[in-house]
Amino acid sequence: MLGRLGFDSLPFYSAIAFGGASITVLGGLAVFLLVTYFGKWRYFWDEWLTSLDHKRIGIMYIALALVMLVRGFVDALMMRSQQAIALNNDGYLAPEHFDQVFSSHGTIMIFFMAMPFLTGLINIVVPQQLGARDVAFPFMNSISLWLTAAGAALVMVSLVIGKFSTAGWTGYPPYSGAEYSPGVGVDYWIWALLVSGVGSTMTGINFVVTIIKCRAPKMRLMQMPLFTWTTLCTSLLMAFAFPALTVVAAMLGLDRILGFHFFTNDAGGNMMNYANLIWIWGHPEVYILILPAFGVFSEVTATFSQKRLFGYRSLVYATAVITILSFTVWLHHFFTMGSSPNVNAVFGIATMIIAVPTGVKIFDWVFTMYKGRIIFHPAMLFTIGFLITFVLGGVSGVLLAIPPADFLMHNSTFLVAHFHNVLIPGAVFGYFAGFQYWFPKATGFTLDRAWGVRSFWFWIIGFYLAFMPLYALGFMGMSRRMERYEMAEWQPFLILAAVGALSVLIGIFCQGMQLYVSIRDREKNKDITGDPYNARTLEWQTSSPPAEYNFAKVPDVQDIDAFWDMKQRGVAYAPAREYEDIHLPRNTGIGVFLGGLGFLVGFAVTWYIWWLVALGFLGVLACLITRSSQDHTYEIIPAAEIEAHEKARIKALEAHKPTPGDFWS
Amino acid sequence: MSTYSPKTTGSPGPTEETLDIRDLGFWLYLMTDAIIFSLLFATYVVMFQNTATGPLPIDVFDIKHVFAETMFLLFSSVTFGFASLASVREHKSQAVFWLIVTIVLGLGFISLEVIEFIGMIESGAGPQTSGFLTAFFTLVGTHGAHVSLGMIGIMVMIFQILIKGLTSPVKSRLHRLGMFWHFLDIVWIGIFSIVYMPGWLI
Repeated sequence: MLGRLGFDSLPFYSAIAFGGASITVLGGLAVFLLVTYFGKWRYFWDEWLTSLDHKRIGIMYIALALVMLVRGFVDALMMRSQQAIALNNDGYLAPEHFDQVFSSHGTIMIFFMAMPFLTGLINIVVPQQLGARDVAFPFMNSISLWLTAAGAALVMVSLVIGKFSTAGWTGYPPYSGAEYSPGVGVDYWIWALLVSGVGSTMTGINFVVTIIKCRAPKMRLMQMPLFTWTTLCTSLLMAFAFPALTVVAAMLGLDRILGFHFFTNDAGGNMMNYANLIWIWGHPEVYILILPAFGVFSEVTATFSQKRLFGYRSLVYATAVITILSFTVWLHHFFTMGSSPNVNAVFGIATMIIAVPTGVKIFDWVFTMYKGRIIFHPAMLFTIGFLITFVLGGVSGVLLAIPPADFLMHNSTFLVAHFHNVLIPGAVFGYFAGFQYWFPKATGFTLDRAWGVRSFWFWIIGFYLAFMPLYALGFMGMSRRMERYEMAEWQPFLILAAVGALSVLIGIFCQGMQLYVSIRDREKNKDITGDPYNARTLEWQTSSPPAEYNFAKVPDVQDIDAFWDMKQRGVAYAPAREYEDIHLPRNTGIGVFLGGLGFLVGFAVTWYIWWLVALGFLGVLACLITRSSQDHTYEIIPAAEIEAHEKARIKALEAHKPTPGDFWS
Repeated sequence: MSTYSPKTTGSPGPTEETLDIRDLGFWLYLMTDAIIFSLLFATYVVMFQNTATGPLPIDVFDIKHVFAETMFLLFSSVTFGFASLASVREHKSQAVFWLIVTIVLGLGFISLEVIEFIGMIESGAGPQTSGFLTAFFTLVGTHGAHVSLGMIGIMVMIFQILIKGLTSPVKSRLHRLGMFWHFLDIVWIGIFSIVYMPGWLI
């Protein structure tokens, strides 16, 4: 009846695992009780969970990302503390537990922190930058969100019921096959990836179509804001790379569950094919994570340097070139796995070439700042921190792109230092900058500056303390993923790295404080104008938070910095001559149900509960057929209501004369 | 790029423009599916010589059987085309008739495929036998699963036409389902030429 699920699946075998499970369960319970106590279930269901409004979906994505950031960071703390003490002793984590921790850290940070964070920013901002009222497929957007949440839930549940994978975040076979990893861990991993991967594919399709088809009528492609450009490229990558992840995860699942021979040692399996397939997705994934952050940096640099972006065209072309090249370098993830020197050379050179468009971007941002009147908003601090730190990571990447050098450094902590050195400044700092920058747009009030600055300093100092020692340790011969070691000279470096992790912990605490303080003082920090930074792109023309329909009239775009140009012409807040009815998608719970079913199917396959799998798929089919038979999925906001709303806004604007740089005082 | 009208941005209700948007989205979906199939093809090509102790392609492929399958599927594409034409001309009963013919042909295809699979598995050439057979069953089976889903889609569309009539949302759904059905035809031609033909010739 319940497959291989039994009482022995509960984590009573280890105090630490039990602690993790208890925190997860109690945390979930606390949220449930709080919402029930305040009687907010109906509100959450009607206004949030079933919402098809891209802005609310974006906020939910980011909420998910922040929760998972904390979870993934706890894993990081555990690894750093274990390695700091595990000289000639076992530390406090058993080897199998340590392996679960590094596997879930990577999986969570990539799939359930970074992906939802960037997708959330894209959701909130891109339709507004386009002058559009919603995305092309609002319902599919909701499915994407809930499938991502379902994948995250699968990883969280593995803390409580059963164990997680010990095969690392890339799950290489044959180790991840049924023969060497017979438990449920790898199955949790596979289904978390499959379920959320489908969501990401749909996000990609959705935003490609949104950007191609839903722009304000006069906006040409070469007038789109840079964040929209990077979103277009990221979305193309999502649509064209994620199917590879679906294929490779499904194949591994078939090997494990049905005894197929894709990647087994025996009967003609070929595990090199796994390495190829996962990195055909995996390398573009790196750029999926990093390109939206590059878009954020472009917006933030221009706004806070109070200048037009330097080299708009070159930034667009650099982004496009990176997009294409990202598909041509996957083999550099396994130089040492038996390709001929010539093949390695081709992929090594292709890898180095990517540094060229990236360098172009760095110079563009630096030149944008040059002679600008820079405002050191926390978003700008994260951007400057990125510029300096990312260059170091890029240089260590070019070093690793040389196959002979890679033979010496591969699988060492040098590699760990390298990819954290590109992903933390390149992606995470970008998302934080975007969070600081667009927070008032999404919520209607600005974030507290002091706590933001503090979080930046603790993050960046913590980053250097945590990862610079790992570069050195790599040269000293330390392999990655060691839960104990015998080399006394490594320990000081590992202690230093643990201190760095603690500094990042304080950084995260500051971010929590920043949110708390800002929400507490929200009346004081209200963003009345909708344009707190005297910014340049269209999303600042809407009110903060924007009306459900974003724009009462379609914006008249005449320039790259469309909103800036409108302000110069004095038409930015001009009322429309007459308002029209607006169609908006009606809320629906089907997306939530599909997410729930996705979770159920993943959970049931993991535990071999086959009747539940069948039931789950039937449910999915029923949801899709129901939805595809609905013709009236839109509701109309009458022109009178819009007119009243817009007039009230104009009145508020007149009462509060927008003064540039207002937020700073 | 000059064809945009304010409506495109303004009201994504079911208008001609939004149906156009849905077409583009569906094309992109088909491209993602094409990537899934191309990776399965690539895997098959990498693995078809990994027969281990199992049979060779020539031992398990029956080209006449596959030819019959192919005919069923190709003709089902033609009949779906007739259904699409009938829907454009607003001939409701004709559209339903050709959709039913399409389902019958699709069922013929799937039945032959299932018979082929069962025969192979019973003769000891199941997907657990070798890398070659794993890749074969996954590629051809994925296509078969798509065809089966397509048939469920056709059934849904038949009911929608009967209940709602050939309204513009119904026609646009039928149009996209048609793209899906023809796409599967193209994939099958790939399977025939990359899997069955070389396996039979070599």
